Amino acid sequence: MQISLEEQFQQKIDQEIKIEPKDWMPEKYRHTLIRQISQHAHSEVVGMLPEGNWITRAPSLKRKAILLAKVQDEAGHGLYLYSAAETLGISRDEMYEQLHSGRAKYSSIFNYPTLNWADIGAIGWLVDGAAIMNQVPLCRTSFGPYARAMVRVCKEESFHQRQGFECLWVLSKGTEEQKKMCQDAINRWWWPCLMMFGPKDDESPNTMQNMQWKIKRFTNDALRQKFVDMIAEQIKLLGMKLPDPDLKWNEATAHYDYGKINWDEFWQVVQGNGPCNKERLAARKNAWDEGAWVREAATAHAEKNQIKISSMLHPNDINLGS
Amino acid sequence: MKNLICRFFYGDYGEEKNNTTNLPQEESPENQWPLWEVFIRSKQGLDHKHVGSLHAADAAMAMENARDVYTRRNEGVSIWVVESKNIHASNPDDAAALFEPANDKIYRHPSFYELPDELKHM
Repeated sequence: MQISLEEQFQQKIDQEIKIEPKDWMPEKYRHTLIRQISQHAHSEVVGMLPEGNWITRAPSLKRKAILLAKVQDEAGHGLYLYSAAETLGISRDEMYEQLHSGRAKYSSIFNYPTLNWADIGAIGWLVDGAAIMNQVPLCRTSFGPYARAMVRVCKEESFHQRQGFECLWVLSKGTEEQKKMCQDAINRWWWPCLMMFGPKDDESPNTMQNMQWKIKRFTNDALRQKFVDMIAEQIKLLGMKLPDPDLKWNEATAHYDYGKINWDEFWQVVQGNGPCNKERLAARKNAWDEGAWVREAATAHAEKNQIKISSMLHPNDINLGS
Repeated sequence: MKNLICRFFYGDYGEEKNNTTNLPQEESPENQWPLWEVFIRSKQGLDHKHVGSLHAADAAMAMENARDVYTRRNEGVSIWVVESKNIHASNPDDAAALFEPANDKIYRHPSFYELPDELKHM
């Protein structure tokens, strides 16, 4: 019996056979992936901005070298992901255009400011910790190029989280003032980090389809819960507190219960009204516009060299006239 | 056996459409740098293996970018970069014609042959 392309596609997914770029795929699968992968890439690239803020003001040469390496990694992650999205037929320039015009989104977390040095630790531990929670299952996502990019990203991301915790660990053993900085950073980053996992399952209409296509392996709420359980334990080592009076261990569910997330704030930030949305986009657009002459110069240089090389390949042609 | 080869311009993505996609067709912007595929030899004695792709104006820049993007943690001892448009790849639609004939030639595998237990060193 003849089965439809769509059914064949789903059969492959069910058998854990990866989808590669030239394979047939439903249009919605392609578009969902382009949207998700490019948003992910934009997040890596915009994510360099809040951290870049502290490179020149890192408290020691060691911390500066670590932060530089981490920010360079984020640029690399953006590049892996842009390449993966390009295999689906969208160009790099088109993706940049979508970011710069505000049509494409990036993770709302990067629209919050980094006010003191402890924020760099909190970003590593909490923001990258939440990102890893999301990213590890994506190593098994059904689209081959995305899964391969995520394997590379995850390998590099674990240093990010560890250096973040270590940064806060040192502060938590420091002076009263340093302890205060540490707690203050945790207080400001905790709730936005919980929002990183996206809307609640019952308000996330595409979740079922994306799970069936194995783009997603776990729901937003399941990943959020895993993150809360992990951090609620880890924070004990720092001797700090999460800013949630409702946080407590639930024997019955064997999970931590946590308080209500302010979804109004989440949607405000997504819609462009977060503390730093305008600043972040302006920085990206500025970097793109100011870099235009560099891109043109590199192209001109490459063309000039191309002419030189081809004339070297045919010395006889050149000598004919002389 | 015709049309078993197609050219790939964007990573693994070919110029042929297997899909009736309604994405805006690539306008190949004049100023966009070409795409390059990157291959890394992880250590002496092993093959170069495809690791991903990147944009660069020329081969020298592709090499520098490949070094920065794909070998920040001792992942390699040697890099190849190839402009993606120069890669020719088999078409997934032809996978059956190309690869299935191998399935019914089990006599090509050593396990096909039943030999006496007394036979040693074979």
